[in-house]
Amino acid sequence: MQGPSKAKLEKILGELERASEFDGLQGVSEKLRDHFQIDHLVYHWVSSSGEQYGFGTYSVDWQQRYIEKDYLRVDPVIQGCFQRFNPVDWKRLDWTGKAARSFQAEALEYGVGNQGYSVPIRGPNGQFALFTVSHHCDDETWAAFTEKNRRDLILIAHFFNHAALQLEPGRAPEPAQTLSPREVDAMTFLAKGYSRAQVADTLSISEHTLRVYIESARFKLGAVNTTQTVARALSRGLIVV
Amino acid sequence: MLRFIYANDLGVFPKLADTMFRDRAAQFRERLGWDVTVDTQGHERDEYDNENPLYVIWQNADGGHGGSFRLLPTTGPTMVNDHFTHLMNGRRVESPLIWECTRFCLEKGSGPRVAAALMLGGGGIMERFEIEHFIGVFDAPMTRIYSRIGSAPTVLGAVGQGRAKTSVGLWSFSNDARARVARSAGLSPALIRLWLDRCFGREIQARKSA
Repeated sequence: MQGPSKAKLEKILGELERASEFDGLQGVSEKLRDHFQIDHLVYHWVSSSGEQYGFGTYSVDWQQRYIEKDYLRVDPVIQGCFQRFNPVDWKRLDWTGKAARSFQAEALEYGVGNQGYSVPIRGPNGQFALFTVSHHCDDETWAAFTEKNRRDLILIAHFFNHAALQLEPGRAPEPAQTLSPREVDAMTFLAKGYSRAQVADTLSISEHTLRVYIESARFKLGAVNTTQTVARALSRGLIVV
Repeated sequence: MLRFIYANDLGVFPKLADTMFRDRAAQFRERLGWDVTVDTQGHERDEYDNENPLYVIWQNADGGHGGSFRLLPTTGPTMVNDHFTHLMNGRRVESPLIWECTRFCLEKGSGPRVAAALMLGGGGIMERFEIEHFIGVFDAPMTRIYSRIGSAPTVLGAVGQGRAKTSVGLWSFSNDARARVARSAGLSPALIRLWLDRCFGREIQARKSA
């Protein structure tokens, strides 16, 4: 179990961005699981009326069982993450109730794993979704994995959500993102090979402020780092060098 | 001590919640003269308190509120994107790594120690949840308060002059700054971690079901 190399992760996330249908997202979640060398990786959207939508690597049997038994009402991960926005290690959730304990035993039987880390996502119009990775291992190994990868996991969670929102016409997709003039300026100078300090100086802004422009552009373009953000801005014709 | 409480868990701490919303009325309506809504209970609340924000609160020894601020992710509804984009040339700030920080409030008489503790709480949140920045709207009188606790934000945009100046600011928290503030607050990083563990663990759920 480990974190994938940055280059491989970027390649997979490129596929995620191009995924134009459900099957594509399913395929990307399987590849990401293999890269992280963990048992499971799952995206799960829950509407306020309890309607569910998702994809990922849990077995079809477990997915059916979950829906059939209405485990949304019992699952401590849902209960502990709903309406929240901080990522959580499953160990920090409350598994002490009788229903939760038997749910946990069954989840183990179906191969979900004894460890999990979930990222709640708050989207537009009160949208709620959950991105989860799970695995079989000891506490120490899992803590090291999440500590090392949590930033990427948070970003991947939001990329999946972004893709899912765009695939579901009924779920109020966000308008297509374009870069603001300041973001275009920042990206253009970075593409020219300026350092951050030089870009900040050229635009007469602090490096702090520059970081926000870069961060915002990075998120809009679904990129994992500055280099990829610049590459995507270039390939989409958003900036010209 | 510091507490980190989502709005839907405030019921577990009735005194703390009541005094926090009263202190907000005292600070924002009475002292700063903002046009805010205060309900019949004397509580200052706005629409973002209904978005289940996360409150970072200093709780005094008597169980009441000593100071607080409010956090919301910028991927959902936020004050800065809903009402203040004109301060930033129409730009929205949306990122899983940036949270909005609003309603920074101190109980009348709370000293810089409480402000510093709150700042450490914010730093602890940033570290634990990979948050790179807090963004927030503030007005001129707050500038002095932020400077005094060594937490002056980078200003991304502003309108108005003098006391009426309203700005959008951006905070980050380097390790150096953290160590400095920890010393002035007299709180060790280990203690902050303990408080975070407590609030993002099972305690609240146990109290709720008790």
